[in-house]
Parts: sequence; structure tokens; C-alpha cells
Amino acid sequence: MTEDDLDSNRRHFLAVATAVTGAVGVGAALVPFLSSLKPSARAQALGAPVQVSLAAMQPGEMVRVIWRGRLVFVLRRNETMLATLGAVAGELRDPNSEVVEQQPDYAANETRSVKPEYLVVEGSCTHLGCAPLEDFEPRAVEGWPGGFFCPCHGSKFDFAGRVFKGVPAPTNLRVPPHRFVRDDMILIGQDTGAA
Amino acid sequence: MARIEAEVGKPQGGLMKWIDDRFPFTKTLEHHVTKYYASKNFNWWYVFGVLAFVVLAIQLLTGIFLTMNYKPSADEAFASVEYIMRDVEWGWLIRYMHSTGASFFFIVVYLHMFRAMLYGSYKKPRELIWIIGMLILLVLMAEAFAGYLLPWGQMSYWGAQVIISLFGAIPVIGDGLVEFIRGDYSISDITLNRFFALHVIVLPLALIGLVFVHIVALHEVGSNNPDGIDIKKHKGPDGVPLDGIAFHPYHTSKDLVAIVVFLMVFSAVVFFAPEMGGYFLEHANFEPANVSATPEHIAPVWYFTPYYSILRAVPDKFWGFVLFAASVLMPMFLPWLDRSRVRSIRYRGWMYKTALSIFVVTFLALLWLGLQPAEGIYVLLARIFSVLYFAFFLLMPYYTARDKTKPVPDRVVYHD
Repeated sequence: MTEDDLDSNRRHFLAVATAVTGAVGVGAALVPFLSSLKPSARAQALGAPVQVSLAAMQPGEMVRVIWRGRLVFVLRRNETMLATLGAVAGELRDPNSEVVEQQPDYAANETRSVKPEYLVVEGSCTHLGCAPLEDFEPRAVEGWPGGFFCPCHGSKFDFAGRVFKGVPAPTNLRVPPHRFVRDDMILIGQDTGAA
Repeated sequence: MARIEAEVGKPQGGLMKWIDDRFPFTKTLEHHVTKYYASKNFNWWYVFGVLAFVVLAIQLLTGIFLTMNYKPSADEAFASVEYIMRDVEWGWLIRYMHSTGASFFFIVVYLHMFRAMLYGSYKKPRELIWIIGMLILLVLMAEAFAGYLLPWGQMSYWGAQVIISLFGAIPVIGDGLVEFIRGDYSISDITLNRFFALHVIVLPLALIGLVFVHIVALHEVGSNNPDGIDIKKHKGPDGVPLDGIAFHPYHTSKDLVAIVVFLMVFSAVVFFAPEMGGYFLEHANFEPANVSATPEHIAPVWYFTPYYSILRAVPDKFWGFVLFAASVLMPMFLPWLDRSRVRSIRYRGWMYKTALSIFVVTFLALLWLGLQPAEGIYVLLARIFSVLYFAFFLLMPYYTARDKTKPVPDRVVYHD
């Protein structure tokens, strides 16, 4: 075969076709490897809903629950706590819960809850995921109405888990899906169907 | 091939020749060691490359022995580390060597990088060496971060929570990416298991590969020197640079002194202050991971705090992440930000000297601030120093181009 016999177009086509086929093959082979890194069936199963009894809770008291390995706060707000909600609205970033992903529709209200008394929020700061501390005592000197304080980077939230302005956390604390099974029992992680 | 066939049946030249005919052993040894000529005026700043190599060896060796007793599971990890500390013979020494080695790795690497900034080692033709070096730093950070989760203490857990959550600041894909990194809805046994795989297999392999490439690239263009001049311009009749001396035995014997001094300091810390007052091993990490309580005061280990301060200085999640990432990646662009005609600080003018001095203070200040709580005056200071940090890099094209430089000598200057 001499130089003249060489069909360089055909050779180029074959080279490109081989490379593309190879790349598709490698891409397909990546799928199982990458998928193996997603939450496994067991991890998903362990994410089942949890029940929390409210029977023994006093006004002003908070319990911590673990759902899907995440911390969830259930706070029974007393009158004083509820009274602060309207007063602080001006200092908040999203007072009316307009960021859709942060709560189910039924919690996109003034108190961010199904029943005004009971607040259910994830105890995970929307900045970088630290667990906020309860800082419930109001301090008039600092103008602190009471709420949650994140020790990592100083983000502040009110008694409805709404974020204050001028802190690193961008959004309100997330309200997980939940519903009342009975008057004194809530189910966290599920909001439709039978308990 | 022809040579091998011709010599069949006539064994002569010994084992070395037999090997050299089949593998470039002597050639490689000469190219990288016995006939690699580096400038004769190296000062003590030039020992940190070798020391980084020594720390890497310590980490690999102690790491292998730790894996023989460590259990990468959320239920057993914390207890298995305590088991190594108490029940395994000499386990405490191996573990303290590894944990102290992590901090010393960064000390040595940061000083190694500072040497490059003093003498312009990143400037043409060594840009690629610098970039490979920066990749080594990034892999080292990932390696240190993954390793810090393994003891499954409070700081392991919450430190990982914060750093992994950083990726959640990326718009659109953020939340999905975070879940993908964790492999679960929260940091769990699954996360620990995969971080173990990253820490003992993936990242060390990447590190060794990059170190190899770093050295190959260095030996191709040759080492810089404190005068920042090209020693290959003046070669003797034998083709050896007049100002160069062989890496072995000349530089190696000097490095041996540095290694001994280094090991003295290293041992002193391992034996007398392995926790280094909470800076090398944070106190909160002596408590097992607890999902429902963040430690009151959370701070990463000291080698991450300069960048962490910048993250905290920004009162916005997305921009905090952007500036944090930028602060880590910024030095990568040094070869192109620096417009000076000379390499070494010895021949630079007052502007670069001042800028570099401010940068050193800034870096140390950010390091310290990252260890303090994010409140009051600390936040303000962190903001000021963050601005200075970026100013050093972003204004560099301006002040290095304008700076008055001194004439660079033809041959290296030798101080008696």
C-alpha cells in the first residue's frame, strides 16, 4: 500500500468512531460505581418515620428526636414565646416563610407549624449544619427576644426557626414533613397516609 | 536487544550491568541523585522538600500499622482508637506519630511553599512544578480531612458536618451533592466507611503519584536557588553547572542534618505534647460523636483555620463558600500574578518585601482567628485580614511590575 492508497477520511472516521464508542462504554461503566455511592436501600429503610409523644410535655419545653440520623427539635411554645413571633418579624430574612423548600405547605404560616403551640424543626443550622442551641431566655440589653443560637458561626433563629438578618445562615430552619396522629402524638417523616 | 544476544554465554560486567541492560537503573539513579546538580548556595529553607518526603514516609508507615487495629464503623471506631491507645503494645506511639505527623506535614509544606515565595521558585520555567505542588496541597487537605473523621469523636463528626455542608452552598446541585458525598441523609456509618477508603487508598495513591510527578518535573528543569539565577548558564567543560553540586552525596549529607534536627523536634512533640494543648488533637474529640449536640466551640484543626476564618468572615453562605474556595486556590495563580523580572527576594524592591511581610502576618492572623469564637472584635479582624489576604494576590501584578529591582548577579553569591 502506498501513501496514495490511504483513505485518510475513512481512517479519521474510524478513529473518531472508536474513541466515541470507547467513551460511551466508559461512561456506562461509571454508572454502577457512582450509583453505589448513593444512599443504599438500608440507609433509605432506616429513614423511616418516628413517633413522638407530646403527652408529658410542658409549655416551654423542648425534646430532641433523631429522624434519618438528623436532629429534630419539637418545642411546645408557651404564650411568651408565641408573643415574640409577631414582634421580631421586621428583623427576619424570611418572616413569611416564602422559601418553599424550607417547609411543607401546611407549615408556611405565621407560626410555621400545624398547631401554633408545637414547633417541629430540624436542629440543623442552614449555614453549615451545626446543631443550634436553645437560647430561650430573652435578654433586653442585647435586644435578644429568645430563640435558637448556632455556636459554630453565630446564626440566630426565632421561636419559629426563622432566621434573623445579618447572620451567615441563608434560610429558616427546615420543617420536616410531619403530622398529628392523635392530639398528643406526632409522626415525623410522614404527612400522608395511615400511621 | 542486539547487545544482549551478543553477550549470551559471556557473563561479564556483573549484576549491575545485567540489570542496566534490562532496566535503566544506573541511568535513573544518576539522573535523579548522583548526577543531579543543584546550586551550591542552598540555605536552610531548602530542607523542607526533603522533610515533607520524610513526613510522608512516617505517615504511610504508621498509617499501615494503624489500619491493622482500627475499625471503620460508627459503632466501633471510637473504641478501636482507644483500644490502640491502651491495649495495643506501642499503639499509643504509632497513633501519636500519625496524629503529630499530620500537623507536621502542614508545617513543613507551608514552609516549603514560603521558600518558593521567597525565592520565586514558581516563576518560569517552574510554573508546572508549583501547580503540581498546589495539587499536592489540595490532596493533602482532603487526606487530612478524611482522616480526621476516622476517630469518630465529637470534633470529627461536627467538623465533617460543617465542611461537607459547604458543598450545599453550590446552587442547584448543592443538596444532592452533599447527600452523594455522605451516602446517607446524615453523616453516618456509611460516610465513615467511605472516608476510610478515601483516606487509606484513594488519596494516598494520588499523593504518591503527584509527589513523583512533582520531582520528575523538578529534575527536568533543575532546582531554583536563593539567588534565583539559572545555574545552567555557566557550565564547565564536563557539562556540569559551575555553581552546581551533586544531590548525592553533597545535598543529602546536609539534608541528613536537617532530618535529625526535625526528628528531634518531632519526637519531642510526640512524647511530651502530642495534643499540643488542643491544637494538634482537639479536646472535644475525646468524646464520642453525638448527633444531638454540637460542641460549644467548634473549630477545625489549625492547618485549615486560615481559610476557615475567611469563610466565617462572610455573612452569606454562598459567597462565604466562594471566597473560602478562592482563598485555597489563589496561590495556584502566583506564577502569572507575579510580574517581577527577578525571582529572588534578594533582588526585589521594597514593595514585594512589604507585601510578603504583610502576607505572612495576615496568614498567621487568620490562622489564629479561625481558632477563636466568631464574635465581636474577632469577626471584624477576620474581615480586615481576609481583605489583606486577597489584596496580596490580586494587587500583585501591579506592585511586582512597578517594584524597583536590583541587578541580579551572573553567578551565585557565596557567603563565607
